[in-house]
Amino acid sequence: MGKFALRGVALFYLAAILLAPLGLVVWHTFRYDAHDAWIALTDHNTLHAFQMTLIAVGISVPLNAVFGIAVALAIVRGRFPGKGLLNAFVDLPLALSPVVVGVALFLLYGRTGWLSGFHVLFSLPAIVLASIFVSLPFVAREVVPTLREVGDEQEQAAHTLGASPWQTFWRVTLPSIRWAVVYGVVLTTARCLGEYGAVAVVSGNIEGKTQTATLAVQDAYENLDHAGAYAISLALALIAVVVLVVMTAVRPREGH
Amino acid sequence: MRRFAAPSLSFGFVTVFLSVVAALPLAALVWSSTKGGASGFWATVSAPEAVAALELTLAVAAIAAVTNAVLGTVTAWVLVRDDFPGKSLVNAVVDLPFALPTVVAGLILLTFYGPRSPVGVHAAFTRTAVWLALLFVTLPFVVRTVQPVLIELDVEMEEAARSLGAGRLAVFRRIVLPNILPGILSGLTMAFARAVGEIGSIVLISGNLPFRTEVASVFIFNQIQSGNPHGAAALAVVLLAISFAVLLGVGGVRRFATRHERG
Repeated sequence: MGKFALRGVALFYLAAILLAPLGLVVWHTFRYDAHDAWIALTDHNTLHAFQMTLIAVGISVPLNAVFGIAVALAIVRGRFPGKGLLNAFVDLPLALSPVVVGVALFLLYGRTGWLSGFHVLFSLPAIVLASIFVSLPFVAREVVPTLREVGDEQEQAAHTLGASPWQTFWRVTLPSIRWAVVYGVVLTTARCLGEYGAVAVVSGNIEGKTQTATLAVQDAYENLDHAGAYAISLALALIAVVVLVVMTAVRPREGH
Repeated sequence: MRRFAAPSLSFGFVTVFLSVVAALPLAALVWSSTKGGASGFWATVSAPEAVAALELTLAVAAIAAVTNAVLGTVTAWVLVRDDFPGKSLVNAVVDLPFALPTVVAGLILLTFYGPRSPVGVHAAFTRTAVWLALLFVTLPFVVRTVQPVLIELDVEMEEAARSLGAGRLAVFRRIVLPNILPGILSGLTMAFARAVGEIGSIVLISGNLPFRTEVASVFIFNQIQSGNPHGAAALAVVLLAISFAVLLGVGGVRRFATRHERG
């Protein structure tokens, strides 16, 4: 009996918090607003918002992938003072409010900021900087444990056999961590796609200019364009489901 | 012996990238918050609306984290020890909050628990709504920290205890719980940190009513919007300090959990 009670509790909780609300929105959009949804999705400003989001993802994710691998190598293989500090600092965005990230960028690049001369605020570079900051840790956090687990014997062997550091990295290190990198990249992509708080502060949220997809959802809802809000949400949810499928496919390979 | 050279090569890149992207903005934030002096800082963070927002945030984040610690542990247990059709699908669904944009999460919760709720629960624009939103976004943390520990846990230990006459509850309390407790605690702490900083899922469903449902992140955002960046900076520094404290706490839990392995 206890087993069934626990199963019931867990499934009811997941249904009440995740599945039922998501299902209702999907059903609602297709039942009542399918036509409106299509019009809203093909609206010029909506398309532009998705374009902004995709550009931000396209720049942030590769940069963070390279950074994540580099920082993981430094943390696991390197020996230098302040390593613990570096480790903690890389994790910081996981525990930090995205609004705080946005305010920090706002104050650095704003009118009275140290780097006000760059005119970054309320433009695409600000959105990219915010996306990079909030999604900084994901690749590193996946790669660090894998790198620890595989050890450095193979790298040492490659080195002994005359491989250059680059050859060793491409032929030995990278293949052994590739699934961790893929998993981290998927998480980074999801985080950048869904970013709201930091981007809301620094982008200026100008429709058709610096508005991203998530900002468009909020804007549409608050302007009582519910069909638009649901349509963009559903498109984002669809991407989330694809992300989820990739995550599930990659997960069992971890540690191999 | 010469070590693998990539660390020294990557170290320079890491330092520059981290400084430009993260350290410099945070330094500018802390610098700005001190511009009004200690008294100006204190006046900003002790203003009634700021205090109300911070208290609400910490209280609801704590309640949500504890709720998910309990229900997340149950979910992890069911996913590891139970077996039923569709279990792998349920396992995948747990990651949904990590994949779904938070604004979308807020919107779907508003649809289900808002004015047109099909189950008759109208929680929109109340503190319950804030709690629901935080439950959603922090759901995977405890499940994903407890699950691997439960998989590794040796069932024979529990069977031995049962055969020696221990009751089901005693087995859980004396054998299972001590093993999964570090996982629960580190998941709970990360969930709490995530909840304290949350804005996207809350902004639509809470109504952002000052003194009622306005959380700290929304308060800071409104300060920026109303042209008071230094006020925003002061409370942002408070949240930054909380984040650092939480990360130190998680580090402490991890060290405590691995104390036997390190000898």
